[in-house]
Amino acid sequence: MRNFSMKLFGTALLAGCMLLAGCERPPIESVQRGYRGTGMLQVYNPRTLEEVRAANEVPASIPLAPGDSPKATTVYKNVQVLTDLNVAEFTRLMVSMTNWVSPKEGCAYCHAGGDFAADTVYAKTVARRMLQMTRHINTDWKKHVAETGVTCYTCHRGQPVPAQVWTQDPGPKTAAQAGNRAEQNAAAMKVGLTSLPYDPFSYYLKGEYPIPVAGEQALPADNRHSIKETEGTYGLMMHLSQSLGVNCTYCHNSRAFYDWDQSTPQRQTAWYGIRMVRDLNNDYLEPLGPTYPKERLGPLGDAPKANCGTCHQGVYKPLFGVSMLKDHPELAGAKR
Amino acid sequence: MAMLSFEKKYRVRGGTLLGGDLFDFWMGPFYVGFFGITTIFFSFLGTALIFYGAAIGPTWNVWQISIAPPDLSYGLGLAPLKEGGLWQIITVCAIGAFVSWALREVEICRKLGIGFHVPFAFSVAIFAYVTLVVIRPILLGAWGHGFPYGILSHLDWVSNVGYQYLHFHYNPAHMLAITFFFTTTLALSMHGALVLSATNPSKGEVVKTPEHENTFFRDAIGYSIGTLGIHRLGLFLALSAGFWSAVCIVISGPFWTRGWPEWWGWWLNLPVWR
Repeated sequence: MRNFSMKLFGTALLAGCMLLAGCERPPIESVQRGYRGTGMLQVYNPRTLEEVRAANEVPASIPLAPGDSPKATTVYKNVQVLTDLNVAEFTRLMVSMTNWVSPKEGCAYCHAGGDFAADTVYAKTVARRMLQMTRHINTDWKKHVAETGVTCYTCHRGQPVPAQVWTQDPGPKTAAQAGNRAEQNAAAMKVGLTSLPYDPFSYYLKGEYPIPVAGEQALPADNRHSIKETEGTYGLMMHLSQSLGVNCTYCHNSRAFYDWDQSTPQRQTAWYGIRMVRDLNNDYLEPLGPTYPKERLGPLGDAPKANCGTCHQGVYKPLFGVSMLKDHPELAGAKR
Repeated sequence: MAMLSFEKKYRVRGGTLLGGDLFDFWMGPFYVGFFGITTIFFSFLGTALIFYGAAIGPTWNVWQISIAPPDLSYGLGLAPLKEGGLWQIITVCAIGAFVSWALREVEICRKLGIGFHVPFAFSVAIFAYVTLVVIRPILLGAWGHGFPYGILSHLDWVSNVGYQYLHFHYNPAHMLAITFFFTTTLALSMHGALVLSATNPSKGEVVKTPEHENTFFRDAIGYSIGTLGIHRLGLFLALSAGFWSAVCIVISGPFWTRGWPEWWGWWLNLPVWR
C-alpha cells in the first residue's frame, strides 16, 4: 500500500510538472482598466512584452525636405498620385518607401530597367494604389487612426509583403467520409488556436455578416442568432484579441458584451476599425487581384487582404502609438 | 436544549488544541472550545464590517451590495478603509472564521478518537478560498486581484477573469475540476439511489443489505467498489474538484498570461501529427 501511495504521489508530481512545463512564471504585470474588483484588467508577461517592444521600435526618419524645389510632375514622368509634392519631398518619400518596404531589393523592386517612369513591374502599380490607400486611411478613417495615422511602415516593417495578411482559407483536407466540418474544429492560429470557425475574415472583414449576436434580455426571446453565428463572432474576437495583444475586457465588460454603456471607449475605436478594414479590403486590396502574379495570390486565387493584425501586430496601438505620420505629412492626404 | 440520553458518554474532557480546560464546555448541543470563541468573534466582526460596507455603499439591494478589493495601485500594501481596506479586514476575518471552524472540528475529532477526514475535507475548501484571495493576489503582486464580496459582483468578476484568458474552457485544470464536479454528482446520485433502492424494496420484500447493493453493480458493470470504497471514492472526487478549481485559477495569470487555447500549442505540435 505504501509503495502504491509513493507511486501515486510520484505520478501526481510528474503530472503537475508537465502541467507547468508549457507555462510562464511570475512576476506578472497587470493593468487595471475598470473599477476595482470588476476583473477588468490586462495581464502581461513582462519578459514577452520586452520582445514585443523591441520588435516595434520605430525607425529613424529622413530629415524633412526643403519646400522650395520644383514640382515632381515637372521633372518626373508618369507621376499620377503624388502630384502635389515637390521634387525633394517626392525623392524623400521614395527613399523612405524603399527603406520601409523593400530595403533588400531596393528601387528595383518596383522600377526595372532604369526606366523609372515605366509601369512594367506589378509592384509599382500596387505601390501606387497603396499610396492612395494610405492617404484615404489618414483622411477618411480618423475615427480609427486618429492623428497618429499610418504609413507604409505600419504594416510593412521592412518587408515587401506585410507579415500578417490573409486570403480565403480552403481549410485542411479531409476525407470525403468526414463530412462537412462547417469550417471549424481545426485549431487555427487565426482564431487563437481554438476550434472556432477558421476563416472569420471572409465573413466579417470582407463580407458584412452581423457581428453582435448576444441577446439583450436574460431569456432568449426574439434572438434568432444561431450557435454557428455566435462561434463565428467568437472566432473574429479571438483574432482581435491576438492582434492587439489584449484580452476581451479591453473592450467589453463580459457581464453584458452587447451593452455599449458598460463597454470601454476602445470598443468604439474597434468598431470603426472593423468598418475601415472592410472598406480597404473591398475597395483597395481585393481589386488588386488581377495585378498580382500568381504566387502572390491565395490558394483560392484571391488577393492578400488586411485584418487587424496587419497593422497592430500584437500591440494595442500599432508601434505603441508612436506617430510616424507627423514626419511624413505627405501621406496624411493631398496638399491643397 | 435537552441532551439525548446516550449523548453524555461522548461528552468527554480533553482533546483540545488550545486553552486546556478553559473553553472545554458545551453550550446546548454545541461544543465551544477556544476555536468556537474565535469562530464567533471573526464571523461577527466580518459580518458587521460587511454591513458597514453596505451602509457606506450606494445600495441596500442585497443582490448589488459589493465590498470590492483595493485598486491594483496599492499592490500588496494596506488600503484605506473605504478604498478596499474593508475588503482586506473582511478577508482576514473570513480566513480566521474558516480556519477556527476547521480547528474546532479537529478538537471534536480528537475528543471522539476518530480520524481527521472531516476537517481535512473542509480544509480543501478553505484552501480554494485562500488561493483566490491570498495566494493568487500575492503571486500577481496586488490584493486587487481578489474577488469582490457581493452576490452579483463576484459573478461579474468570475466572468471577466475568465475572459482575461479568452476562453476559460481551454484551461486544462479547469477541465479537470469540471470533470471532477460532474463525476462527484454522478457518484453521489448513484450511491444515493443504490442505498435507497436497497432500503425501499417493492411491496412484500424485506429490506436488503449491502450484499444486494454489491450484486447490483456486479451484474450491471462487473464490479462493485463496496460500502467503504464508495465513500473513499466520493471524498476523493469531491476534494479533487475543489483542489483543481484552486489550481485552475492560480495558474491563470501567475503561470499563463495569454488565451488558454494558445496553451495547447504543445499538444498540436506533438511530433505524432504536427
